[in-house]
Amino acid sequence: MTGLFFLIIYVSIFVVSAFVVTRLLQRGIHDYTSLKTVTFGDESAVRPNRAAGIISILTIFVMWGIFTGSNLLPSFLHAPGPFVGTTSFTYTAQVEGQAPDDATVTVVVHPRGEEPELDEVAGGDGFAKDDTIAIAQWRTGLINVQGNDEISKKDGARVVAIDGQKIAPGQTVQTANGSVTLSDKGTPNFAPTKGWQMEPLYLPAPEGVWSRTLQILDEGFRNFTLWEHLGYSLFRVVVGFLFGAIVGIPLGYAMGLSNWFRGWFDPIVEFMRPVPPLALIPLVIIWAGIGEIGKIILLFLAALWIMAIAARAGVSGVNISKVHAAYSLGASKWQIMRYVIVPNSLPEIFTGARVAMGVCWGTVVAAELVAAEQGAGMMIMTASKFQLTDIVIMGIILIGIIGFGIDMLMRYAERFLVPWKGKG
Amino acid sequence: MTGLIIDNISMRFDLPDGGHVQALKNVSIDLKAGELLSVLGPSGCGKTTLLNIVAGFLAPTDGKMILNGHEIKGPDAERGMVFQQGALFEWMSVRENVGFGPSMKGMPKNDKAEVVNHLLDVVGLQDFKEKAVYELSGGMQQRVALARCLANDPDVILMDEPLGALDALTREKMQSLVLKLWKETGKTIILITHSVEEALLLGERLIVMAPRPGRIHKEYRLPFAELGVNADLREVKKHPEFGPRREEILNMIWDMEEEIMGTKEDAA
Repeated sequence: MTGLFFLIIYVSIFVVSAFVVTRLLQRGIHDYTSLKTVTFGDESAVRPNRAAGIISILTIFVMWGIFTGSNLLPSFLHAPGPFVGTTSFTYTAQVEGQAPDDATVTVVVHPRGEEPELDEVAGGDGFAKDDTIAIAQWRTGLINVQGNDEISKKDGARVVAIDGQKIAPGQTVQTANGSVTLSDKGTPNFAPTKGWQMEPLYLPAPEGVWSRTLQILDEGFRNFTLWEHLGYSLFRVVVGFLFGAIVGIPLGYAMGLSNWFRGWFDPIVEFMRPVPPLALIPLVIIWAGIGEIGKIILLFLAALWIMAIAARAGVSGVNISKVHAAYSLGASKWQIMRYVIVPNSLPEIFTGARVAMGVCWGTVVAAELVAAEQGAGMMIMTASKFQLTDIVIMGIILIGIIGFGIDMLMRYAERFLVPWKGKG
Repeated sequence: MTGLIIDNISMRFDLPDGGHVQALKNVSIDLKAGELLSVLGPSGCGKTTLLNIVAGFLAPTDGKMILNGHEIKGPDAERGMVFQQGALFEWMSVRENVGFGPSMKGMPKNDKAEVVNHLLDVVGLQDFKEKAVYELSGGMQQRVALARCLANDPDVILMDEPLGALDALTREKMQSLVLKLWKETGKTIILITHSVEEALLLGERLIVMAPRPGRIHKEYRLPFAELGVNADLREVKKHPEFGPRREEILNMIWDMEEEIMGTKEDAA
């Protein structure tokens, strides 16, 4: 149910904002370019709407707030929350040879982690006595209603109705602020209304994640500061990638220039390329353990093939006219290598480096999930074992930001260092 | 003994399926220093192969070439080449492209700058000196390619459809430029083209090649190139001899093309 409401709200925000922005605020495009979108393959005709991007991100946070009861949103925007407070229901106990007797169960539903003090209950008249119980939000509670009754289960008493409605084992009856299900053995199980909000165990509110972030920034996590965790991951990526590039690029050049090298390494490279680096984790752990060496070997292997293939493609992709031109301009083999082949292959190598950095970042997080002393992946894996969902979400967001940052940095470097990319 | 002697060149390519293609058969051309030769022919007649052999990119199966008294073996700066397109180094500026040859030879910086400046003036690109080559239009790029070739002061300039990718107007301007450069520098030029008009305008001598195997079909000596130096090429085209010559050569090539299509149909 919650999922359906979530989807309805999300889709309506999408539709309404699309209408408001494109029809009312930006008033649409009515020249011929508005028709260009029907031209298949004309990618340039569709450009991202800046407003849509901003609204999309805001919507994610608003939805997050709505369904977690965030303090950042006014409370009228919150999805109905779980019931908190005191409620009650009556049960009717029956035993053969006696008139049925009613008793009241008082249920105190309290936020998790705050154990309330329960009032003593007066017994009430009849053989069934009143009960009281405390249940945490989002939890259910079995109530041993007959534990204090004068005639109990042992004597053949059964609960036959809740709030006056008949009930049999396995059946459920709605009561105020919740529902009662009779267990197979005839014990009522009270489930307070859950509402539509997510339990913090599954999804903490945004401010919860933020305050946890500040706390981790301040105190660190598992003997390492947040910066150390992220720094270790980045360090592994950079070192692994650098080794991969140092070996991979010359290997790729050799493969692009010499038949023998090409023949020798092609089977190896072509075989290793489709092996996901993640599949190498177990072997690397067996060989090198879970320390830095193992991680760096893994990332080296992740980057190596990508860089070798990129360099090979860069060399093979040189327009033969350029080489011929250089020859007829009097260049020697080495000069052609230095002034034609290398610069010509740089754009390919940069593309490879971008891909390799992305793959390395993904691989290092995965490797840390499996086994590590520190690192971004280790942080979220350990946090999940202790059900610290806020740290898990914080970690995922930080991993995403760093991955995005790496890619942007590589793109920027590419534009700066190889401006001739794609201009041949 | 100056000039280029192409002596009985044959070229055979082996195919992967065991067969082979006779790209050139017994081609001989005797070119004096400073002559402008245009080579014309239907596609597949071996024009480009011939040029690549003269440039030294391909070794002929038979025959030899002698330039200024020594035999041609491999590419050398004495034979410059201008390609149709895509042969400029896009990682270098216009100035660096033009100065590439002198740089490779290790010419001192000042001398090189002088050569480059002079040539940029000649081709009219002084204002675009520091631009990247991919920022220039197609015609400008070909002017850079011409200047780059001239910077090396080669004895022979080989042009492989250098104006093929240009629009008609730019093409006409470039044809005038080629004629002007030819006259001013006195270089021996071999120009390959698809365009009959271009071959007539730019060919002091003109060779029509025939395919299968690639061979010389007919040779002309023409006055138009000389007339076209420093003149309006449109005026040259009005020369009484120009139209008939064009028709004659067009028909010749048309017949060859038809023959090729015919044999293809027979095969199919």
